[in-house]
Amino acid sequence: MVAQLTKNERQIALIILLAMSVCGLAMGVVGHGDPLGIHGAIVLLAGIAGMFGVISGYYAPEPGEDRLDRYFDDPSRMGIILAMAWVVAGLFVGDWIAWQLVNPNLTFDAAWSSFGRLRPVHTSGVIFGFGGNALIATSLYVVQRTSRARLPDQLTPWFVLLGYNLFCVIAATGYLMGVTQSKEYAEPEWYADIWLDIVWVTYLILYLRTLARRKEPHIYVSNWYYLAFIVVVAILHIVNSLAIPVSIGHAKSYSAFSGVQDAMTQWWYGHNAVAFFLTAGFLGMMYYYLPVRAGRPIFSYRLSIISFWGITFMYMWAGSHHLHYTALPHWVQTLGMTFSVMLLVPSWASAGNALLTLNGAWHKVRDDATLRFMMVAAVFYGIVTFEGSFMAIRSVNSLSHYTDWTVGHVHVGALGWVAMITFGAIYASVPWLWKRERMYSGRLVEVHFWLALAGTVIYVFAMWNSGIIQGLMWRTFNESGTLAYSFVDTLVAMHPYYIARAIGGLLFLLGALVACYNIWMTIRTADQPADERVADRPVVPALTGVSAPQPAE
Amino acid sequence: MFNLHYQLERKTIGLVLGIIGVAAIGGAVEIIPLFTIQQTVEDAPGMRVYTPLEIAGRNIYIREGCYACHSQMIRTLRDEVERYGPYSLAVESKYDHPMLWGSKRTGPDIARMGNKYSDEWHVRHLNNPRDVVPESVMPHYSWLGRTELRYDDLGSHLAALRKVGVPYTDDMIANAKSDAYGQATPDTPFAEGVTKRYGAATNVRAFDGKPGQLTEMDALVAYLQILGKLTDAAHKHAAGG
Repeated sequence: MVAQLTKNERQIALIILLAMSVCGLAMGVVGHGDPLGIHGAIVLLAGIAGMFGVISGYYAPEPGEDRLDRYFDDPSRMGIILAMAWVVAGLFVGDWIAWQLVNPNLTFDAAWSSFGRLRPVHTSGVIFGFGGNALIATSLYVVQRTSRARLPDQLTPWFVLLGYNLFCVIAATGYLMGVTQSKEYAEPEWYADIWLDIVWVTYLILYLRTLARRKEPHIYVSNWYYLAFIVVVAILHIVNSLAIPVSIGHAKSYSAFSGVQDAMTQWWYGHNAVAFFLTAGFLGMMYYYLPVRAGRPIFSYRLSIISFWGITFMYMWAGSHHLHYTALPHWVQTLGMTFSVMLLVPSWASAGNALLTLNGAWHKVRDDATLRFMMVAAVFYGIVTFEGSFMAIRSVNSLSHYTDWTVGHVHVGALGWVAMITFGAIYASVPWLWKRERMYSGRLVEVHFWLALAGTVIYVFAMWNSGIIQGLMWRTFNESGTLAYSFVDTLVAMHPYYIARAIGGLLFLLGALVACYNIWMTIRTADQPADERVADRPVVPALTGVSAPQPAE
Repeated sequence: MFNLHYQLERKTIGLVLGIIGVAAIGGAVEIIPLFTIQQTVEDAPGMRVYTPLEIAGRNIYIREGCYACHSQMIRTLRDEVERYGPYSLAVESKYDHPMLWGSKRTGPDIARMGNKYSDEWHVRHLNNPRDVVPESVMPHYSWLGRTELRYDDLGSHLAALRKVGVPYTDDMIANAKSDAYGQATPDTPFAEGVTKRYGAATNVRAFDGKPGQLTEMDALVAYLQILGKLTDAAHKHAAGG
C-alpha cells in the first residue's frame, strides 16, 4: 500500500495522520466522560496505526515512472474487500434483529443489543458500509477506464476510501453507544458529519481531477451518474445535518430544524439518499458493468440522457410522499405524489435500456450467473420503481404507510436491485482487478445467485403480506362502527411473516458468505493464467499508438 | 436537445453545474415556503416548552432508537383518530429538534400517550413489556431504573435548544439542573421551582416510584407522560374551536 506512494505523498500522509491523531486526542480530552471521548480514542488509534504503517514502509523504493502507464487500482481492490466485510456485518445484524422481532428475548441484558440501537447499525452497515465502499471502488475503476486516464495521484484515493471507512466505523460504534441524531439514514452526530463532508468533497475533487485528465472527448454515462451521486449527496447531507452541538465536549447536538420543517427536510434527504446514493450511484455501476459483461453496447444513448436528467430533476420533489396525511401542508403532499408518479418514466427508461442492451446476449444471461445478477437487478429496479410510484399515491399510502409493506418495498430495492447489481459488478471486477482469468468457482457464483434470489423473494413476499394484512386490520371497523382489532391483535398476526422474513434474510446472508469465500479463493489462487488485458491501460503519450478500444465502447 | 447534450457531456464543470441547478429546484420549492407561509404551523397560545427532565427523557428516547418502532404522528384518517385520538397538528412538534414523527409502527403510535397510563404501568412495561402486554415484541429496558441520570449539563442542553429557536428563558437555563431534580422529587423547594417556571399543570412526581434518586427511568417516564400534552390545540381543533 505504502510502496505505491511517492516520497512526497508519504510525507503528506504522515502529516494528515498526525493531524488526525491530534484531533483524536483533543476529542478524547474535551469529550472525557462522554461518548465523544471514546470516539476520540478510536480516531487517535486509527491515526497512530496509520502512522506506523506509513513509517514501516517509508524507506521502501519509490514506484517508478512506469506506474503512469497503468491504472491505479489498489484502492478499488481494498474497497471491494471492505464492501464484503461490511455486507456480512450489516446483513448479520439485520437478520439478528429480524429474529428479535420473532423472539424479543434474543438480546443480552445490555443496552447496545436492543433493536433500537442495532437497527441503524444494520441500515448504515449495508447502505454506507457495503454500498458506499462498492460505489467508491467501482467509481474509481470506471472513471479511469472510461476516461482512459490514471487517477491524478496515489494518496487522494486512499484518503477518500480509508477516511470514509473511518466515518462508517464511528457511525456504527456510535449507534451501539446510543449516539444518534435520530434522522433516518443520517444518524451520525455532528463531528462524524463534519469528517464525512471533508472526505466527500475530497472525493468530488478527485473525480473532477480525473475527468479533467481524460483522453476521451465525451464523459461516459456512468460518470454522469457517479457525479450526480457525489454532488447531490453532499448537498443533501450538509443541509439535513445542520445542528448545534450542546458543547464542543458533547457528542449530542440539536437539529437546526424542528417539527414540520424538519420532517420535510429529513424526507427530502431520506428519499434522495435512495435516489442519489442507492439509485444514481448504482445506475452508474450498471451502465458500465452490464454492457461490458454482456459484450453489447448500451441500447440507446438518448434513453440514457432522458433517464438521467429525469431522475436528477424529479426525485428531489418526491420526498414529501413519506408524509401523506400528516401535519405537512396538503399542497406539498400533492407535489410529492405527482412527481413520484412521473418518476416512473425515467426509471423505466433506465431499466428498459438495461434489459434491451441484453438483446443478442440472452444466451450469456442463461450461462453466466454474474451477468444474470445484473439482469435480475435491472428487473428488480423496474419492479421497485413501479412499486414506489404506486405507494406514493395518497390513497395507497394510507394503507401502506407505517406498515411492513414499506420495509418490503425498501428491500425489493436494497436486496433485489442494489445488492444484486453490486454482486454482479464485484464478480466481474475481481478477476480484472487481481489479474485472474475468472472467479475461483463459477458454481459458487451460481449458488450465491440462487440463495440471493430465493432470500429476496421470501423476504419481500413475507413483508408484502404482513404489511397489507396489518394495514387492513388497522382500518377494519365492525358493524357497530368501532375498530375491529386492537393493536396487539395485528401484532400477533405478524408473527408467521416475521419468521419467514428472518429466514429470507438468513439465505441472503449465506449467499454473501459464499461470495466472500469465492472472492478470497480467487485472490489467493494465483495458479490460473493471468489475464493480461493489454488494452487495459491509460492513454499516455508514449503509448498512444498501441491503445486498443475499450469493451465499453 | 440531444445535440445540446452532445456538447454538455464534454464539459465536466458544465455537467456538475447542470446537476446542481436541476437538483436544487425541487427542494427549494417544497422546503423554503414552509418557513414563510404563516398557515403552515397553527397558533397555540399557552403551549409550553419541555422541562429539563422531559428533555433528558426525550434524549433517552432518541438514544435507544424508540422512534424506529413508534410513530408520533396521528394521520387524518378515521381509524387513526378512533384509535389514537385527535390527529396531530404541526404546532405540536414545533419545539421538537428534531421531530420524531417516525416512519414505522412495529408498536403503536404514542403521540397522545401522556397520562393515558399510570407511571407504575410505564415502569413495569419498560422493565419487561411482556409483564403487562404478553404478546409484545418490545425489548426490555430494565437498566434504565438502575442507571443514574446525568443532569448536571442540562443547562447547556437548554441553551443549545434556545440557539435553534426554543424560547427558554435565562431563568430556565440557569435552574435546569435543580428543576430536573425537583420534578422527580415532590414536596421540596426544588419542586416548587418547576411549577413556577413551567406552569402548575406540570407533572411533579417520583416517576420511577423511588423518590430521592434521579434515574433514567424518571426522565423517560416524565417524557412519555407529557406526549401530546404541551398544548390542547389538537383537542380544540377537533371540537371545531
